Amino acid sequence: MASLLEEFEIHPISAPLFSLGGHPVAFTNSALFMMLAIAACTLLMVAAMRPQAVVPGRWQMLAEKIYDTVADMVDSSAGEKARPFFPFIFSIFTFILFCNLFGMLPGSLAVTSHIIVNLAIALTLFVVILITGFVRHGTHFLKLFVPSGVPVIMILPMMIIEFFSFIVRPFSLSIRLFANMLAGHILLQVFAGMVAGLLTAGWLAGLSVLPMLANIAITGFEFFVAFLQAYIYAVLASVYLRDAIEMH
Amino acid sequence: MDDNAMKLLGAGVAMIGSLGAGIGLGLIFSAWISAIARNPAAESKFSKVGFIGFAVTELVLLMCFVISIMILKG
Repeated sequence: MASLLEEFEIHPISAPLFSLGGHPVAFTNSALFMMLAIAACTLLMVAAMRPQAVVPGRWQMLAEKIYDTVADMVDSSAGEKARPFFPFIFSIFTFILFCNLFGMLPGSLAVTSHIIVNLAIALTLFVVILITGFVRHGTHFLKLFVPSGVPVIMILPMMIIEFFSFIVRPFSLSIRLFANMLAGHILLQVFAGMVAGLLTAGWLAGLSVLPMLANIAITGFEFFVAFLQAYIYAVLASVYLRDAIEMH
Repeated sequence: MDDNAMKLLGAGVAMIGSLGAGIGLGLIFSAWISAIARNPAAESKFSKVGFIGFAVTELVLLMCFVISIMILKG
């Protein structure tokens, strides 16, 4: 059992650089894969768009497709007025997508399977939402917690419910992403364990091809999940952003 | 029963909640499919709502999973 969570362990890969509050701070494998993800998506966006051809090549097509997907999504779920926030949502989407995809490399660490990474992104998003809301609407922004057309008796309970649902959003966002990545990788390990177990089972060894095939299918599914979870994170981020921009 | 057996049992019991998430996901996808079947022209408009519904329902399942893992490892 102890080995199931082994691939998610963070360990330093350099000597401690400096110490912060008594804790040694070193360059970890988590930081390495985050930097790889940032380098990869920057490279994709900069190098693929370098030709700026009217008829795009394969790489330029890929970059344009990612851009178009996120642009359509921000327009439809956060509204026209959310255009200034498009780079922010786009960065969140590409960073999470590339972290998820780098996690699919054998022997690598899926950075997004650590809740603290997702929570840091989600809290950044909520600071942005709060600042935008208070700058655009002033104290009127607090009306977010009082839905219009509610009977007087129900105002207080509704306020409590709305406030709670607002507070819990960053946590639900980050738990969704982290649990999906964790569950997917554990599933892959469980099926790989079945293959290993059956191979040493004597005359049953031929059956090990079945979990192997299942593992191949699940790997494909995990690539889909990696994209889907990044997409859902970005969709929900822009839906929450709409509250701050337009109120409801 | 010793503590470890209770832990394993508790982790299993915590996953019962995924029953509700399974039913909910089935309802969402059945509604999504029938919406597309009734109005295939508007298929692209359903996808965003469908994915949001999927994500929100799936959260119940993931909470169960996280609690189960926490019982096993915590």
